[in-house]
Amino acid sequence: MSVILECNGLTKKFGSTTAVSAVDLKIERGKIVGLLGPNGSGKTTIIKLANELLNPTGGNILINGKKPGIETKKIVSYLPEKSYLNDWMRVEQIIELFSDFYSDFKPEKAYNMLKSLNINANDRLKTMSKGTKEKVQLILVMSREAELYLLDEPIGGVDPAARDYILQTILSNYNENATVVISTHLISDIENILDYVVFINQGKIVLTSSVDDIRDEKGKSVDVLFREVFKC
Amino acid sequence: MPWELKPDRPIYTQLIEQIELMIFSGVYSLGSKLPSVRDMAQEAAVNPNTMQRALAKLEEDGLIITHRTSGRTITEDANMIEEAKTKMAERQILDFLEKMQLMGFKQKEILAIINDIAKGMKE
Repeated sequence: MSVILECNGLTKKFGSTTAVSAVDLKIERGKIVGLLGPNGSGKTTIIKLANELLNPTGGNILINGKKPGIETKKIVSYLPEKSYLNDWMRVEQIIELFSDFYSDFKPEKAYNMLKSLNINANDRLKTMSKGTKEKVQLILVMSREAELYLLDEPIGGVDPAARDYILQTILSNYNENATVVISTHLISDIENILDYVVFINQGKIVLTSSVDDIRDEKGKSVDVLFREVFKC
Repeated sequence: MPWELKPDRPIYTQLIEQIELMIFSGVYSLGSKLPSVRDMAQEAAVNPNTMQRALAKLEEDGLIITHRTSGRTITEDANMIEEAKTKMAERQILDFLEKMQLMGFKQKEILAIINDIAKGMKE
């Protein structure tokens, strides 16, 4: 299996605070990976480094063997933690925008998903609830045929029924060439669909394991293990 | 049949048991075709690689046969299914006996309780 995302001694400091500390990580193609950690553990920083929104202080991060840049952005579909879409735009306008921007964007996929979630493509973003906006964003991201999906907290603000639909969407889009990295702390909702999990705390990786290995060895779910490892 | 996955055990072993149950109960009959890995994974809401692993184990056990071009089918060997069924029954009974022993029951008492309850059950 070839590696799609690789970190070698990846470090990011903000002034005197170290957000990510000497992280070594390899993620293969065709996997669904959970990047799990408490608030402020460095999940978002790693994902931002992968998207060239931040530059590493030390070490490197490689996507398909390349440093983040124009070439990697063609194959990475990124769901940021905060919306960057213009509020005044209608969903159909944003779909048009995405079609122009990304050659792998499939508008028909987006319209299908909008329909399933009863979202009107004619509506402007600013008229939508927080959860609906999040759904629209995720639909846009999943409508690309990318090689790497980086989803930063994709299910945080949506209701449980829509959460199930989103997980189904991730599963139905699954292909052997594409990897999905999901950062979240809502573990019990997603652990059944993960290949493996990466536990991160204070900028360091504390555990990488397959979900079934954790259940096999410890006789408990990833969710329960997480609560134990990160007990306050 | 809905898929029910418990949090304290590996997902793939639970998938194996549930697919076995579906075979035993006739949801999938002898020689019938199984849906694709992707469809089954989606239905169970699990990772396709996990479903793949479960199906590989069932194939190893001989309950499922993979055809090079046309997907997977259930074995047509009724004996094999009987054997797997007996094995599953043995596992269930062992589990049960262990729990009863933990509660402090002796073998005779356990059998007596089973007899009593079985009498009350409809055929």
